[in-house]
Order: sequence, then C-alpha cells, then structure tokens
Amino acid sequence: MIIMQGKPFEKILEMIKDVDKVFITGCSLCATSCMAGGEQQIMEMKERLEKEGKEVTGFVVLEASCNRLQVRSALKKKKEELGKAQAVLCMACGDGAQTVAGVLEDIPVYPANDTLFIGEVERIGHFSEMCRACGECELGWTAGICPVTRCAKGLLNGPCGGSRDGKCEVDRENECAWVLIYERLKKMGRLENIKEIKAPKDYSRAYNPRKIVVGCRKEG
Amino acid sequence: MGLREKLESGGFALTAEMAPPKGVNTSRFRECARGVKGRVDAVNVTDFQSAVVRISSLGAAIMLLEEGIEPVMQLTGRDRNRIAIQGELLAAGALGIKNILALTGDHPVFGDNRQAKPVFELDSVNILQIATLLMEGKDLAGNPLDGAPDFYLGASVTPLFNPLELQVLKMEKKIAAGAKFFQTQAVYDIEVLRRFREKTAHLDAKVLVGVIPLKSPGMANYMNKNVPGIFVPEGVIERLRNSENKVQEGLRIAAEFIMQAKEEKLCDGVHIMAIGAEENVPILLDMCGF
Repeated sequence: MIIMQGKPFEKILEMIKDVDKVFITGCSLCATSCMAGGEQQIMEMKERLEKEGKEVTGFVVLEASCNRLQVRSALKKKKEELGKAQAVLCMACGDGAQTVAGVLEDIPVYPANDTLFIGEVERIGHFSEMCRACGECELGWTAGICPVTRCAKGLLNGPCGGSRDGKCEVDRENECAWVLIYERLKKMGRLENIKEIKAPKDYSRAYNPRKIVVGCRKEG
Repeated sequence: MGLREKLESGGFALTAEMAPPKGVNTSRFRECARGVKGRVDAVNVTDFQSAVVRISSLGAAIMLLEEGIEPVMQLTGRDRNRIAIQGELLAAGALGIKNILALTGDHPVFGDNRQAKPVFELDSVNILQIATLLMEGKDLAGNPLDGAPDFYLGASVTPLFNPLELQVLKMEKKIAAGAKFFQTQAVYDIEVLRRFREKTAHLDAKVLVGVIPLKSPGMANYMNKNVPGIFVPEGVIERLRNSENKVQEGLRIAAEFIMQAKEEKLCDGVHIMAIGAEENVPILLDMCGF
C-alpha cells in the first residue's frame, strides 16, 4: 500500500491562500486506510476550511484516485460543483493528485497529503516501509526481508559497523535488517545465501519515470 | 618501507588516523602529520568521517604525499555513485596513492549536513571489487583503461559484534573482493581481541587493531553508550577515574594494550585514532618504545 500523511493544516492554507472556493477529492483505497483521505477526513477538512472562511463547493471519495478512467467518469458527475471551485484539494497520494490534475487540466489541484512510502499495515494507524520499488526483487535470497528497504543504507553484502544488539544505529527503534536476515537464514539452514558477493544493483531498472504494459516485459 | 612491504614482510605495522581540515587552513593538519612522519608506516585520511563536510580524503592524501608521508585514503560509498568512486580511485592511482581503505560510510544522519541524500550505491565490498577491477585494467562496465592503478586494498572490521559469525562472514567477502589488510574498530578488552583472532585464524589478511586513547571517563561512557562495536570495560574506566592526569593515563592504558596485543601476537599492527588529539600520537609511540 502507498503510505501517506496529511500535510500540516497551515501548509495547506498557505498553498490555497488565494482560493475562496474549493472542491475536495479523496480516495477509497490507500488514502482511506491511512486515514488521510477517506470520507471522515474529508468532512473534517471541509469543516476546518469553512472555519477559515473558505467555501467547499463539493467533494467526492474517488474509488481509486490513481485510475484515470475511473477518475474521469467520477469527476464528470461532479461537473457542477467543480465548475464553482477555483481549486481542488486532493486528499490522496501523489499519484492520485496527478491523476486528478491530469483529468481536470485547467483547475489547479493542490496536494493535501505528503506521500511517504510503500508499506505494510502492522495494525490500524501503524505503517512500516517495506519496499522501495527498486525494480528487481531481492527477497528470494534474503529470507523474505528486504535489505534494500529495511537496511538504512540498503546494503546487499551484510551489515555495516553500525549494527548493535540487533538494532540499527541510524534509528535505534529499528531492527538491523541484516541481523534479521542472518537469523532467519540460519534457522532455515541457508546461510550460504549471503556468502556470495552481490554486485551493485542495476539502477537502470529504476530510471524514472518507469512505464510498463502488461504482457510486454522487457527481459534482462 | 611502505605499509604493504612492512605487513608483507611480517613486520608490526603502525598507522595513525587524521581527519582532514574543515576549511582551507591546513596548518594544524600538516603540523600533526609532520609529528608522526617517519614514526608510523602510513597515515589514514578519513572520507568525510561522521558525514561531516571537510576537505576530501583525496585532497588530504595529496597533502600527506607533499609532506613525504604515505597515505591510506579512506573511501566510502555514502556520497558517490559508481562513476564517482571509479574516478576517485583513478585519480588516487594516478597521483601515487597506494593504500585504499574501503568503507560503507556513516549515515548522513550523524553529520553536519543532515538533509543530504545518502547514496550508498556501493557498499564496502563493492568498492573493493571495483578497485580490484581497475587494477586489472578495466572499469566496472568492462571498458578498458589507459593505464591501470596499483593499490594495496584494505577494509574495516568490528571485532566486538553480535553475532560475530555475521561480521566474519562479511570480512570473508571483503577478502574475496581484494582486501589485504584490515583496520579494526577500537578495542579495549584484550579478551575481545583474543576471541576475534581465534574466529579469524583461517583468514589470509593482515589485521591492524584499532586504538583510541581515552581522554576521560566521560569519553569512555559516551562511547559505550553511543558507538556500536566499542566497549570500554569498567576496570579501564575506573583507572581513568582514579588518575590525576587522565589524558596521560589514557595514553598509558593504550600503550599497555598495544604491547600486550603485540606480545601475544594477536594482530599484525595497530591503527591509532586520536580523534582530535593527534598531537598525542607521538607521545603514545614513545610510551610503546616504537
């Protein structure tokens, strides 16, 4: 899931300081799970903006703010409210905000959220980063623990000297991914997985912006 | 005799570490370097140690060469991608820098420019791999070089690591990638060194044990709390607490440790990291009779 967090309200007000009438969009997927763009947060945002003297001309919780066709058809139904608005405040991820902006074209779209990472929902409201979309998954030899993401330095050949009692010196709250990998592989009897030297990753796989068409995989 | 010759001939090697100046006033740096000239086999220059902006290790290594001192140029993957690392190594090779110490690098979070983008495209093992390739006359992509450098490659190791097996495993990779010598994190407990020697007896590499002379009990407590891989035993802290001249006592403790490690043949040399008190290095060398 894409993990995001609402921007501080003052920053939102600063972005839309010249705007009196605003339309709000949310998203029923990640933004709702992150409590950053579901119906409840939209209603709260509406109330706060109205308190600041703004008019909210309407709102919609998009089914998937990242799906261009769905967004186009959902926004078409909100033509009237959108027509009254000087700007749209998008309470989705950065992808969702760009899709909305691409569909609307001539109305400015402002992001209400900061998009943070691809992560796991540990429990409600608790998220941890798990994947950096490096373009070539390493999990097969690392006992299902991603060193690219969960090691603060993304190391592929074992821990650095900053590992202490299984914790990472960059943030003592975090486990050293390499100690986790070592322990799990040892339990599986597969320590040989980390004895081989790993060459540096092929970063050309992550040259952005990336595009894919299903069924047309570039091999390599 | 250079560092490589000293180690390969079975001698007990001495290296000292110096941080390049923060600013273009190089007088203290040069002065401290001259203080150990002829007394150590080589001097390490750190690569933006603790992620603090300074003169680069390449620049500082050149200054050492100008002073007639053999440098060990430290090189980390924190700030440079593979293009920059290879360029840095070629520059070092062309300028006559022989010893390279490959490190992963401290995270920018510990530095004085904490908003920096961490690179870490290459880890210490990859840097060694690349240096080895350059020595074979080609770059990482396989393109030929017009003249190959000749390096004596080193790396770091932390003798006090839990699990130690994982640390030794990485050390083995570093050797496979070309490391011929190691400089360790600072050790204060001779028992830690004995255990490490035993676990690495099968490895073909020279080990220079890290020594940081203590300046106060506070410094020891701080390192115990904050620096992974360093543990100062209570007995050592007690000695500092009870001494009048704590800096002197710290140097005496370091000298005793060095002599015992040498006596028991637990290492092939020592690496002295004075951390801002480089002027004390000659005093320590005097105490050891080197």
